[in-house]
Amino acid sequence: MAVLNEEQEMLRDMAREWATNESPVTEFRKVRASGEPEAFDRTAYATMAEMGWAGIIIPEEHGGSDFGFMSVGLVVEELGKTLTASPLIATTLAASAIILGGSEEQKAKWLPKLASGEAIATLAIDEGPHHAPDAIEASVSGGKLTGAKAFVAEAHGADLFVVAATDGLYLVEKGDGVTLTTRRLTDQRSHADIAFDGAAADKLANGGDDLLDKVLDRARVLTAAEMLGMAQIVFDTTLAYLKQRVQFNQVLSSFQALQHRMADLFADLAQMRSAVEAGLQAIDSGAGVSRAAIVAKAEANRVMHTMSNEGIQLHGGIGMTDEYDIGLYLKRARVLEAAWGTRSYLKNRFATLGGY
Amino acid sequence: MATQLEPEARDSVDVFREEVRQFIAENFPAELKGKGLSMAGAEGSAKETPAQKAWREAMGERGWGTPTWPKEYGGGGLNRKQAAILNEELARAGAYNPIGGMGVMMFGPTLLEYGSEAQKQEHIPPICRGEIRWCQGYSEPNAGSDLANLQTMAEDKGDHYLVNGQKTWTSGGQWADKCFAIVRTDRSDKHKGISFLLIDMDSPGVEVRPITMISGTSPFCETFFTDVKVPKENLVGEEGQGWTIGKRLLQHERTNLSGAAPGGRSGASLADIAKKYGRTNKDGTLADPVLRDRIADFEIRWTSFLHTARRAVEESKAQGGVSEISSALKKLGTKLGQERAELTIEIMGLQGLGWEGDNFSPVELQGVRAWLYGKATTIYGGSTEIQNNVIAKRVLGMLDHQ
Repeated sequence: MAVLNEEQEMLRDMAREWATNESPVTEFRKVRASGEPEAFDRTAYATMAEMGWAGIIIPEEHGGSDFGFMSVGLVVEELGKTLTASPLIATTLAASAIILGGSEEQKAKWLPKLASGEAIATLAIDEGPHHAPDAIEASVSGGKLTGAKAFVAEAHGADLFVVAATDGLYLVEKGDGVTLTTRRLTDQRSHADIAFDGAAADKLANGGDDLLDKVLDRARVLTAAEMLGMAQIVFDTTLAYLKQRVQFNQVLSSFQALQHRMADLFADLAQMRSAVEAGLQAIDSGAGVSRAAIVAKAEANRVMHTMSNEGIQLHGGIGMTDEYDIGLYLKRARVLEAAWGTRSYLKNRFATLGGY
Repeated sequence: MATQLEPEARDSVDVFREEVRQFIAENFPAELKGKGLSMAGAEGSAKETPAQKAWREAMGERGWGTPTWPKEYGGGGLNRKQAAILNEELARAGAYNPIGGMGVMMFGPTLLEYGSEAQKQEHIPPICRGEIRWCQGYSEPNAGSDLANLQTMAEDKGDHYLVNGQKTWTSGGQWADKCFAIVRTDRSDKHKGISFLLIDMDSPGVEVRPITMISGTSPFCETFFTDVKVPKENLVGEEGQGWTIGKRLLQHERTNLSGAAPGGRSGASLADIAKKYGRTNKDGTLADPVLRDRIADFEIRWTSFLHTARRAVEESKAQGGVSEISSALKKLGTKLGQERAELTIEIMGLQGLGWEGDNFSPVELQGVRAWLYGKATTIYGGSTEIQNNVIAKRVLGMLDHQ
C-alpha cells in the first residue's frame, strides 16, 4: 500500500466501509438477477456521487474535488473488491478526456453534471473484439459521426459518449443516430455495440494529437486498480478457505505444496499493487505516464489471470459453483484483461515505446 | 513537501556538510576517483594499494566508514541526516566508503545489540577502521536450509571451549582474521543447544580449504575445526542464545541481499544487447518478434519489482517497522536477476558462453561468470523455498507444516 495522505486515507476508509456494508457481492447478484442490460443500481450510484466519488478527478471550479487519480484509484480498488457494478470508472475516464481535451464551454457543460452524478458518460473507442486504437474507422463529416463501436462498457446508462474517430475524440450525446445492441458478456455487466449513424458530434479539440493515448493510459491504470481490488479479495478469500478446509484430518493451509503456491501469489500480488500504484502516481505527477500505465495494466493482467485461476483451483469443487463468489471474479477478470489491451498488446506497445 | 528546518539546525547541517567536503578534499586520493570498494577489496582477496590504504585509514580514523555506529566504539556517531549528507558528498566527489565486508554488514550490528561491553570494546573499533576481516561460520554439510541441525561442537573445558566440526560456504574464509560462528553447546535441544562464538582463524586446529565453484572462482571455503581452543570470553550472549542471535544476524544479511541480483540491473539494457548481437529491422526494431516479446515481458516485471522495492522502503519508513512485502523482495529480485542473466547469454548466442580467451570481450566473459554465480542467489541467505516457508508461516499465518 502506497503511503497515503490524510485525505486519501479518509477516502479509502469511507469507500471500504460503504462497499463492505452497502455494496457487498450480494448487491451485484441482485443486479445480475434483475437481467437489466444497464446492470447497475441507480440509487447506489447516486449515493456514490453524493459522496463525491464521481468528481474526484474533476477540478473544483467544475464541481469536483480535484483529488487526483491516486485517490479515485483507492475508491475503485475498494469497489472492485465487492464487484460493485457502477459507471464510476467509465464516467471518470470520460471526464478525464473532457478535462484533457475539452474547451471551456464543453467543460462547463459536462463536468459539473458528471461530478454530481446527474449525467453518466463512457468511452467508445474500439470497433471490434480486440483493443485496436490504431484501426479506428468511425469518421466525422460536417459535425456528424458515423461508425460502429463494439463492446462499449456501461453503454446502457450513458448519457454521453466520448467517441474515437479517425481525426480525434468527439462528444456524442445519446439519442438520434445512436443505436445500442446489447452484448451480454460473461461478467454480466453493461456492454453494447453502438451504431452511430450521423450522430451530432462535438470535437474535443484542445488535447493535441495524443489525446486518445493519454485517455487510454488513464483507462489502463484505472481498470488495473479495479483488478487490484479483485485480486486482493481472491487472494484473501482463498487464504481464508485454506485455513478452514480440513482434509486428511488437517487444515489445507498446513500443506507445504499449497503454502508455496500462496507465497508465490503473495509476491505476485505485491508486484501488481506496486505497478498499479506507480501508475496512479505517474498520472498525478505527469511523469512517464505511458510507460507506467502499460506496466500497471500488464502486471494487473498477468497477476489477475493467475490469481483467478489459482483461486478456483485452490477452492476445489466448491469454487466451481455459482453460489460461491470466486467464479464471479474469474469472469469479470477476463473481461477486464481484454479491456484496453491484453498482455500481448501491451508488451508490443512497451517495446515500441522503448525503441525496440 | 520539504521539512523546514529551524535556522539553528539548518546552520549545523551546512556546517557539517562543509566539514565533510573539507575532509574529502584533504584525504581522498584523486587516483581513486570513480572507483568503488570491490567485493574482493572488502573480503581481502585483492591487495590494497598505498592510496587505498591511506583512504581507508582516514575514513576509519573518523569512524565514517560506519557512520551511524556509536562514537565510543569507533563509529561515526552521526545521525541519519548527517549520514545521508556524508553519502551525498562522497558520491559528489566520486569517492566511496572503503570500509565494508561482513563485519560491517552483519556482525557489527549484531554485536552492538548482543555483545558484552568488553566484546564491543575489543571487536567494534577494528571493524570501524577496516582492519579486521570477519567470516561467517554458519552452514555445515548437513545444516544448510535446516541450519539448526548444525553439529559443530563446542565442549565446555572450564576456562575455554574445545571446538570440533566442519563449517562450509564460509565466504572469504581464506582471507578472514576472525569467524563469528554458531556452534552446539548442548546436544539435547536442537535450538536451545546453540551458542554464538567468536573464533580466531589463526588458532591452531583451524584449516581452510577454498571451494571452486561452477563459475570458476573460489569465494567460499570449507573450514575445519580440530580441537580448537576458544576462550570463554568469546561467547556472545549466553550459552543457548546462539539461535536467537544468529537469526538476528540473518536479518541484516537478507536486508543486504534483497537487491543483490547479479546481472540484474547493471550495464546495457537487454534491448541494446539484442540490437548489438541480433538482427534489426530497418526501423530499428528487433527482427526476432519472440525475443522482443520476451524482453518486454521481462522489463515490465523488472520495472514493477523496482517499484516494489521502493514501496517496501517507503512503507517501512512510514510504519516504523519492516513492511510485510520485504519478505517477498529477496525471492522476487533474485529470480528476476537470474532470468535476466539467462536472457543475456541467450541473446549473445555462443559468443555469450565464452569461458576464456581474447576472442571474447571482458563483458562477455564477465556475463558468463555472473550468470553462473547468480545461481547462488536463490540458494544463499535463505533459499527461495525457505523464503516461501517464511512468507507462508509468518506473513500469511499458515500453519507450520512440520
